[in-house]
Amino acid sequence: MSAIGVLYALLFYTAFLVLIIGVGKKIYQYATVPAPLKIAVTPAPKTKAGVVLRLTKEVVFFASLFRSNKWTWIFGWLFHFCLLLVLLRHLRYFTDPVWFWVDLIQPFGKYAAFGMVAGLAGLWVRRLLVDRVRYITSLSDHLMLALLMGIAITGLGMKYVLHTDIILLKEFAQGLLYFDSSAWKVLPADPFLLLHLTLVIVLMFIFPISKLLHVPGLFFSPTRNQVDNPREKRHISPWATELEAEKNKMQAS
Amino acid sequence: MADFDIPEIKEYTPVPDIKEGVMAHSKPYVAKPDFQEPLGYPGELVENWEQKALDKLDDLRGKYRSLQVFLDSCVKCGACTDKCHYFLGTADPKNMPVARQDLLRKVYRRYFTFAGKYFPKLVGAVDLTKDVLDEWYSYYHQCSQCRRCSVFCPYGIDTAEISMAAREIMDSIGLGQKYCNEILVKVGKIGNNLGLPGPALVDTMEGLEEEVEEDIGVKVAYPVDQEGADILLITPSADFFAEPHVDGLIGYGKVFHEAGLTWTVSSKASEAANFGMFIGSYENMQSLAMRIREAAIELKVKRIVFGECGHAWRVAYSFLNTLAGPFDFLDPNYPVPQHILEITKDLIDKGKLKFDKSENDHMTLTFHDSCNVARATRIGDEPGSQFTTPREVIKAVCNNYHDMEDGTIHDETFCCGGGGGLLTDDLMEIRVKGALPRATALKNVTKNHGVTHLAAICAICKSQFTKTLPYYGFTMDQVVSVHQLVSNAIILTGQETE
Ligand code: HEM
Ligand code: HEM
Ligand code: SF4
Ligand code: SF4
Repeated sequence: MSAIGVLYALLFYTAFLVLIIGVGKKIYQYATVPAPLKIAVTPAPKTKAGVVLRLTKEVVFFASLFRSNKWTWIFGWLFHFCLLLVLLRHLRYFTDPVWFWVDLIQPFGKYAAFGMVAGLAGLWVRRLLVDRVRYITSLSDHLMLALLMGIAITGLGMKYVLHTDIILLKEFAQGLLYFDSSAWKVLPADPFLLLHLTLVIVLMFIFPISKLLHVPGLFFSPTRNQVDNPREKRHISPWATELEAEKNKMQAS
Repeated sequence: MADFDIPEIKEYTPVPDIKEGVMAHSKPYVAKPDFQEPLGYPGELVENWEQKALDKLDDLRGKYRSLQVFLDSCVKCGACTDKCHYFLGTADPKNMPVARQDLLRKVYRRYFTFAGKYFPKLVGAVDLTKDVLDEWYSYYHQCSQCRRCSVFCPYGIDTAEISMAAREIMDSIGLGQKYCNEILVKVGKIGNNLGLPGPALVDTMEGLEEEVEEDIGVKVAYPVDQEGADILLITPSADFFAEPHVDGLIGYGKVFHEAGLTWTVSSKASEAANFGMFIGSYENMQSLAMRIREAAIELKVKRIVFGECGHAWRVAYSFLNTLAGPFDFLDPNYPVPQHILEITKDLIDKGKLKFDKSENDHMTLTFHDSCNVARATRIGDEPGSQFTTPREVIKAVCNNYHDMEDGTIHDETFCCGGGGGLLTDDLMEIRVKGALPRATALKNVTKNHGVTHLAAICAICKSQFTKTLPYYGFTMDQVVSVHQLVSNAIILTGQETE
């Protein structure tokens, strides 16, 4: 089954490059396009530390979502928190020896996949049943949920139905990490695993061109990340400075 | 009374089932060339408007991080869908904030993203056609840029930013809105939105002096263009004559008088409003802001103070320093600019003002947090002072006060329905329907707590309420200015009291 292993290895590298370069470019864009005006939604913090706290609350607790809709919050937060646990759990394939804290979360991590499925299912049901949410949903929104659901179900499939050879998989993963092409060949060609990995690769490919940009977006949102100090400190963007200089020149001549 | 159905007030504002297209007919009058060209826009829809619009969109997303990030980040979670007063009042799904954004986003996706270029159907991307442009014109003029949606969005996506960009795009291809652009041209020419020229302004202010003296026997000055005054007062032009606005202006004068502060308005910058913000135009917003700077320099004042106006205070508090700063020629001991309520509150705290609160005993008050003040500014030093300062001032001058219910005040306040450049008769239907959530909350506090009057600190809110609340069974005179309450209760030194 060596050819498949090599194919997946190459796909993984490509997907990884697309992910890193794609998201990197987006982050660069978000960081370099200026925010010419102070538009923090108030009450807003007066200090940088306050902004860090505000963003932390958004990232960790989905604070604004909590205020707006409890159902979406419950399902959304459950999904994301379990996704985080699942991803951390996956570190055991890529670390050798496995980092101790990765071992530490295993007892909870084991059930995370169910939480992820439940969260995704709840979000999906909302999308289908609530007329307002159905109205704003396009095909891609369903496909995104299907993709994540597919990853979770194939993962669960491996865990509870058709086990794969974890030892070999780990060897493959290490081979990816250390560019050891001889290890690429050992990828077990089990149906659930191959499907799981295919979907994961698709996820990596679409990350930079889809709504998954909410991840970097959140940190660059001017309504959330600006300090409330417009009277104390003059805030001016490079293009506005240029505009001013031009005007002054015109007036002078 | 009207050629549309007036929504019925229920015990609370229910989230309606969506009714597609019910507000598609709502469109403001288009600006004539006379009101386009002076602002730097083409007189009428240009020939290759599709390409021009796309170029402008591309330009704007390179200038405004908000626009770029917001266009990319929405996950269609739906959290904002029931937060807009125009959706709650009309049930038109395109008035859900995310759907309003999508009108622009679907075009952005089609032309500027990989997914939209190659898989338009999948992500709901569409070509820019005349139909799309018509929808833009209709629904981007059903957004009061109140930012309530942004409070509730997990990424803070602010539909106001999208509306502003869309209006700037439409202006740049020759499709402007009459109301906003006509006013902008008027301010540029005459100095204020109402087109009130300098001599008329002097007359009006002299009239106020006489009125106050007759009323309380104290000569309170209402100066125009007085060089060397401590304070330049910038106030919405409605304050110069319309009820209840003018009673607020009388109040500012009394406060300044009692505090021993000299002040003046300027005939050159006789307008706090800055509709440049509504049309998303940095340049127009800046040229109006510059008048204030110039007036402050010419009149050699030490401080700039703004009167009661919501969006004006946003432009003043958040943008003035950016647009027309630095203000290093003013007294550095005071923030630039200040809100009139900051002055009054400070004087009250220091015990410098005397009140007879019973003068307001015929009223029980509630306070409407204006969106721009609530969600884009402070009135005081601490975050949240924009809520506490006005309430504390009201309570210092009135015995009877009760807040409207949670979820409709502070940063969750409902827009009056007339902000963002919609305060025009050709948009009456959307204005009345958009006032429903506020009217409902007001009705409740009236019924349950005997509230008789609604105090506001925004010229647009006051005008909108006096016009639309009657549709819901209230009367015009139930709307009051905060400084009108101050004016009623304040006892000036030497004042004749019975
Ligand atoms: C910093 C990390 C992240 C934060 C703060 C975050 C936050 C959020 C929030 C607040 C929502 C809206 C509520 C909801 O529908 O759940 C959301 C939706 C979503 N997130 Fe994230 N997210 C993060 C990372 C991720 C990652 C890594 C993925 C996927 C690989 C992801 C996938 C999704 C999806 C698919 C939705 C839409 C769910 C739906 O269709 O209803 N998120 N995210
Ligand atoms: C390099 C990429 C990945 C590899 C090699 C991989 C491999 C695996 C394997 C071998 C299992 C079975 C575990 C067992 O039998 O106990 C599994 C389970 C699972 N995977 Fe992945 N996976 C990858 C990426 C992902 C990603 C990105 C997600 C989520 C978006 C994900 C979600 C899951 C879930 C939910 C399970 C089931 C429960 C669990 O074991 O935690 N996987 N994965
Ligand atoms: S800014 Fe206000 S009016 Fe505009 S969509 Fe958001 S909630 Fe509605
Ligand atoms: S709340 Fe924000 S992310 Fe959610 S649908 Fe509305 S705009 Fe999009």
